[in-house]
Amino acid sequence: MKRWIPALLTLAFGLWIATGFLPPKKDPRAIDEFGRLPLVFGGRVQPFDSLARNSLLQMRERHTVYDAKEKRTLSATEWLLELMTKPEDAHQRRVFRIMHPELQSMLNLPVEPNETTGDDGKNYSWNQISPGFESVRAQLKTMPEEASKRSVFQQALVKLNGSVTLYIRLQNTLRPMDSAQFADELKTYQAAIPAGVEAFRQRFTGQAFDTNALSSIIEYAQRYLAADQMESPLIIPPHHPEIPGDQWMRIGEALLEPSLPVKPFGDFVSAVTGQGGNADSAVAALLKVSGKGTLTPAVTRFAQMTDAYRTGNEAEFARLVAEHSATLATSQAKALAKAGKETGFNRFEPFYKALTIYIAVFLLATVFWFGFSEWARTGAVWLCLLALAVHSGGLIYRMLLEGRPPVTNLYSSAIFIGWGAVVLGLVLERFWRNAVGLAVSSVLGFSTLIIAHNLALGGDTMEMMRAVLDTNFWLATHVVIVTLGYASTYVAGFLAILYIVLGVFTPRLTEGKRTDTGRVTEPMGKSLTRMVYGIVCFATLFSFVGTVLGGIWADQSWGRFWGWDPKENGALIIVLWNALILHARWGGLVRDRGVANLAVFGNIVTAWSWFGTNMLGIGLHSYGFTDAAFRWLMIFVASQLAIIGLGFLPKERWRSFRGALPSPTPKGGDAPLPRPAKA
Amino acid sequence: MLKRIIDVVSSLKLTVVLLSLGIALVFFGTLGQVSDGLYLAQQKYFRSWFTYWHPAQVSWLILPLPGGYFLGTSLLINLITAHVSRFRFSWKKSGIWMTHFGIILLLIGQLVTDMFATESHIRLTEGQSKNYSDSSQKNELAVTILGDSGNDTVVAFPESLVKQKGELQHPSLPFRIKVKEYFVNSGAQPRGPRSGGQPQADHGVAQFFTFEPAPETFAMDDRNIPGAIVEVIGSKGSLGTWVTSLYTGDDSIAPSMARRLAKMIGPQLAERLGAELMKPQEFETDGKRFRIAYRPVRFYTPQWIELVKFTNEKYLGTDIPKDYRSRVRLQNPSTGEKRELDIYMNSPLRYNGLTYYQSSFDPFDSRVTVLQVVKNPGWLTPYAGCSLVAGGLLVQFLIHLVGFITKRRTA
Repeated sequence: MKRWIPALLTLAFGLWIATGFLPPKKDPRAIDEFGRLPLVFGGRVQPFDSLARNSLLQMRERHTVYDAKEKRTLSATEWLLELMTKPEDAHQRRVFRIMHPELQSMLNLPVEPNETTGDDGKNYSWNQISPGFESVRAQLKTMPEEASKRSVFQQALVKLNGSVTLYIRLQNTLRPMDSAQFADELKTYQAAIPAGVEAFRQRFTGQAFDTNALSSIIEYAQRYLAADQMESPLIIPPHHPEIPGDQWMRIGEALLEPSLPVKPFGDFVSAVTGQGGNADSAVAALLKVSGKGTLTPAVTRFAQMTDAYRTGNEAEFARLVAEHSATLATSQAKALAKAGKETGFNRFEPFYKALTIYIAVFLLATVFWFGFSEWARTGAVWLCLLALAVHSGGLIYRMLLEGRPPVTNLYSSAIFIGWGAVVLGLVLERFWRNAVGLAVSSVLGFSTLIIAHNLALGGDTMEMMRAVLDTNFWLATHVVIVTLGYASTYVAGFLAILYIVLGVFTPRLTEGKRTDTGRVTEPMGKSLTRMVYGIVCFATLFSFVGTVLGGIWADQSWGRFWGWDPKENGALIIVLWNALILHARWGGLVRDRGVANLAVFGNIVTAWSWFGTNMLGIGLHSYGFTDAAFRWLMIFVASQLAIIGLGFLPKERWRSFRGALPSPTPKGGDAPLPRPAKA
Repeated sequence: MLKRIIDVVSSLKLTVVLLSLGIALVFFGTLGQVSDGLYLAQQKYFRSWFTYWHPAQVSWLILPLPGGYFLGTSLLINLITAHVSRFRFSWKKSGIWMTHFGIILLLIGQLVTDMFATESHIRLTEGQSKNYSDSSQKNELAVTILGDSGNDTVVAFPESLVKQKGELQHPSLPFRIKVKEYFVNSGAQPRGPRSGGQPQADHGVAQFFTFEPAPETFAMDDRNIPGAIVEVIGSKGSLGTWVTSLYTGDDSIAPSMARRLAKMIGPQLAERLGAELMKPQEFETDGKRFRIAYRPVRFYTPQWIELVKFTNEKYLGTDIPKDYRSRVRLQNPSTGEKRELDIYMNSPLRYNGLTYYQSSFDPFDSRVTVLQVVKNPGWLTPYAGCSLVAGGLLVQFLIHLVGFITKRRTA
């Protein structure tokens, strides 16, 4: 019976993963189809689905919204659609996460959870925060410019301001947020264009003109210009094939195109308001382009979509979405396909699935250690391979979507460090078959994916690369190798933690065990020592080569092999630390226990390089500043120091060595020779 | 006795001590950058023999540290003596040998870089051509003797001399320069006809601006703008006083000053005042014309670099830079060479022992590029050193791995 367990478990998890490939349930409201439509935001083509998810993650750290009244969960896209078309409903949704007590009281927000009102003391709606938001604005004006000089309260203000800005941007996506009946407005606007532009021409060529026509067109233009300047997502696809380098537009720009186009009109406005720019040349340019052509069909279609969704006309909305998708299929096939693939990726959530399986792997590994039943270990290996397959699949899919090597930012470095650690763990397991490698794989796989999940709260995880970093060659070599260096240092550190914990609390370091199939395992002290040593060698190689390649990249891009930049220094410290462990061991300064303690400290060193250096807020590498991360970093450092403290306990206190001490072990306490396993 | 010393100097214990001190130095040197800025922290921690660190607010808690020079040299000695006295070559250890020689090469290369490398920059507006680059760190008081047909001669007094506030003389100058005042850093305020008090000097830019001393800054994104008030004394007595300042001598500062002024006093007046700031300060004596300026130290080259076109692309709908590149014309009159090329991120121009990198741009003027110019005779040593170390580590790792696997197979 027991030998079927691994196969059954793998099958069960495999089926669960397979469900991710099933198409979503048919929904008459076509929300899913809408989510797949492409747009440009943050400089890249992405689906509405990604925009919605990333925005919600940034604002309230979840990618869904729960509706307490209707007792159902809204998907990110559904929430976004509501915000864009029915803001008065959306303004009641609690999508702003505010945790800082001073900020809560400044905005007069209820802090106690309340069943009847639906308050949870953490998340608030636009209607709740907007009355007090002026005071936030006032506070923001008196804030130090450098992020490092801000207090926790001020950081909370900045974060809230970021959420509010995003919230307003999103509302200007489908239409200028102040136009209620958008489709109707478009009709009157289009009718006003010819007379308005003519009046504009007459006014600036010194002829008699129709004042009403002019002021009406200028009023429209100013509103649309304001909407354009909100930096909302660009949803209107390129529609001037005759112009080379034609680009996506915001709704505001597309609206202005036939009358007083954004570029010259913006110059004109700034000239008139005295913010630089030449009024005469702006007017001349404006007269040349304005009044030509009509609104592009996409604008009208989005306007109709807005009204259809707003009035609950599901069939009409679905028809318009399908129509837009069909037009894009010919004109913007690549963008449409990419948006569709990314939506599928978002929905599949490979890293969440892998994370869940890693938990199961860890449980099975512990079962093996308690009962020494082979089925548990075999099951764990199979599941771990399954999780690795999903993890790798997600990694590769991301690479294909982005057209980039695996690591492009802090988020993807966490995913990749986890991946590297899992592979290393499985390799160790292949040789030692004592579930130690499985523990490495599952714990490190799990924790790095948790870290990645939290890093995703910062916003789009597939953001575009700054010019300096925009080279696939160096991203594929330096970044990948140095990240593997991080991964292996963590693996060594985790193995060392196992050595200390198992040694202090169990007799396993010095005892071999017979499994239920009769195989005798090596005492773990011996295996762990050799694993730590091997992995430290590996880590030295990778961290050195990775660091040096970084130097060569720096020499190529700004002429300095070594600039003592914090991130460079962090990597250098990892190299020096690994070299120190090796030399201390070769010189006989430390033995097994000492190496273990040093390797645990390697975890701190790596955490400093990975996260600590980004928190300094200086240097060319600081691409990921996060404040909550600082607290976690301190907790991590403290926990590692505690383990090292444990490792310094005298050997008599270690359960593994209690019985073994009288035996003639060399001084300093190398692991004693393996004793015959109990029969 | 000697043997004991050699034993200690070449010991692994010393290696471990030096490595741990190195880790401490790099760590505190990184922390030090927060308060001291990148450049100063480098000088203080890594280009020194001994140094110390203290927390930003707690100045009595001093942690002494060996400096970068000390540790580099000690590691070098430790490594070399170890190889001379202890190591015996064997194929099993060939990887270690390679690694160690690579590290020796790296340490020596870094020393060479440190001693001979210079970094400077060129700021070019489209159409502009230069045969020199400006030092990013050092300034000088330059007197140009304006010859006919553009044949100028320059006499430059280094900042260190100006700082001492003495009298400056040079055989080719028919006058002495008396430094009356020196500012490490300064701010410039426009001076109107109704401003009270006397101008700081009776000639030149001082009629339009007052330069107020400011405290020295160490911040990363800030720079010091030094200057000096000087009196020129000829054979027949004083020829007048001038304010010489980096405000007037560095062509990247004046435009940003003009922008600041535009906000204060409106664009038209700002343009006029800006022109006064840029105007060369000149005077005549003994039948020759002289120009006096406080400016970054210049490194002259035989080749001229002309900016043909600068392009700065951003990602659509964002401010994230996507690509910036300079189309330049390289001209070398001494060889007759003349060609056009692109300098952009990760693709520098290496020419005549110098390397030109795309470094920066002017956010307010889309026609301006800033190129970094590096002269580093040791630039190839890291490549060689690193290949040796990486190769050595790989060899050693493979030797171990093969040994490990065969042992497990036979066991």
